[in-house]
Amino acid sequence: MIPSEVPLWAALPAALLLVAGSLLALIGSLGLLRLPSFQARMHAPTLGNTLGLACVLAASLLVASAAAGRPVLQELLIALFVVLTSPVTALLLMQASLYRDRIDGRGDGPAGY
Amino acid sequence: MNAILGWAVGFALAAFALGMLCAAIRLLRGPAAHDRVLALDTLYVNAMLMILTLGIRFGSRVYFDIALLMALLGFVGSAAMAKFLLRGEVMEP
Repeated sequence: MIPSEVPLWAALPAALLLVAGSLLALIGSLGLLRLPSFQARMHAPTLGNTLGLACVLAASLLVASAAAGRPVLQELLIALFVVLTSPVTALLLMQASLYRDRIDGRGDGPAGY
Repeated sequence: MNAILGWAVGFALAAFALGMLCAAIRLLRGPAAHDRVLALDTLYVNAMLMILTLGIRFGSRVYFDIALLMALLGFVGSAAMAKFLLRGEVMEP
C-alpha cells in the first residue's frame, strides 16, 4: 500500500523523521498526562506542536516530492499556520487559567495573581 | 526499501494513538476547565499528525487538505473556548 515509487534516498530520512516526530508528540502527550499542575502541563504539548509537527511535515514533504518528481511545498502552509496560531492559543489559555484560578480562589497560580 | 517506511509509519501511527489516548484521559480527568481545553488542543494536533502520516501511507494528497482544515478549525475551536473561559462570551460587542 506504500507508494512503491518512493526511492531510498527519500524513504530513509522520511522514516527517521516520522519516528522522531511521533516520539516527540508521544512525549508531549505523556507530559500532559503526568505533570502535576496546569502551569507545568502547559509546556508539554508544545513539544509535539513545534518540533514533532515539523518532523512529520518534513517527512510528508519528502515523500510527496519524491513521488511527484518535483518539489511539493504545500506542507509549509500547515507549518506556517500552526507556528502563527499555536502561541495565540497558549496565551489565551494561560490568561484564562490565571483568571479562573483567581476567581475560584485556587492557590495553584503563581504568587501575586 | 519501502519496508522501512512502512515500519516507520506503523510506529508513528501507534505513537500518535497512544498520545491521543493520554490526551483523552486528561480530557476526561482534568480538574479544571482549562485543563480540558488544553487536552482538546493536544488531541487535535495529534489527530492532524496522524492524518498526515496516513497521507504518507496511502500516497494521496487529499489527506493534506484534511490536515490543513483540521489545523484551521482546531485553532478556531481552541481560541473560542479559551476566550469563553476568559470572558464568559466568545464574541464581544
